[in-house]
Amino acid sequence: MELLAQVEGNVNAIGYGLAAIGPGIGLGILIGKALEGMARQPEATGVLRTNMFIGIALVEALALLGIVAGFLFT
Amino acid sequence: MFEGTLFEFTRVNLIQLIMTVAVASFFIVAFRNPKIVPRGVQNLGELAVQFVQTQIIDMIMGVSGRRYLPYLATLFFFILAMNLAGLVPFLNLAGTSVVAIPLMFAIVAWLTFNIAGIRKHGFVPYLKTNLFPPGVPKPVYVLLTPIEFLSTFILRPVTLTIRLLANMMAGHLMLVLFFSGATYLLLDAEWFLKPFGLGAAAMGFFITAFEILIALLQAYIFTLLTALYIAGAESEHH
Repeated sequence: MELLAQVEGNVNAIGYGLAAIGPGIGLGILIGKALEGMARQPEATGVLRTNMFIGIALVEALALLGIVAGFLFT
Repeated sequence: MFEGTLFEFTRVNLIQLIMTVAVASFFIVAFRNPKIVPRGVQNLGELAVQFVQTQIIDMIMGVSGRRYLPYLATLFFFILAMNLAGLVPFLNLAGTSVVAIPLMFAIVAWLTFNIAGIRKHGFVPYLKTNLFPPGVPKPVYVLLTPIEFLSTFILRPVTLTIRLLANMMAGHLMLVLFFSGATYLLLDAEWFLKPFGLGAAAMGFFITAFEILIALLQAYIFTLLTALYIAGAESEHH
């Protein structure tokens, strides 16, 4: 079979790029919604901010698993 | 120092030691001779502890969580100091960018929230509320119990560790990348590449500022999640 394209070396970087897509979208939605809530109800800012950070931490874990997997499975 | 032995002492260990001494001496100086009307360093120390109390404990656990203040405040400031070591000149490496420190903190957090839950509810009821949440049809437990077990008892400490470790490591890699790129482009590259070196250096400074934010944020998030896990383990209904 004739080779049309070939990748050499370490493809982990591509894996991390793929792993960053989902959390990127997630963080955008999450922070956007939290800001929307803060703009509508400024008195709820404190609670919203705390819960936003909890959400960020959970979403971000997925992207970070991607970066660690890149280092682990060489 | 002592290479190849059990007591091998690397640069990271030295940084961890320096930052530990720095945090300890800061709080000793701040609260050595406490006065009712605080002055000088004591002001700063009280402000710092107050932040943990109002922003983390009162938000998540309510007033009843204040007995965890010593643990959570220690956690916050120790992680913060370790993170900021990555930006202090001549140290330049975060103490939390090796797995030992985040793993240790995650294990302590895991033990704390489990012991808190077991002491509050007893061993069997605690496991029951965590592994068999009420209000679900019986057959669903076949699927739900393994997932709950995995997410509560295994993935929590693992994600705590990886979140802190990967954030600090990625920040360090980014700083190295931009500054070594800038040095190469400015000093060794062809003349027409030199302007790009300025851009790389500017990005390096931007990333440095960004890293200060990340260092604060990661210390905050680690403490916040620990508080959340403890509050969740102690609460009556899940």
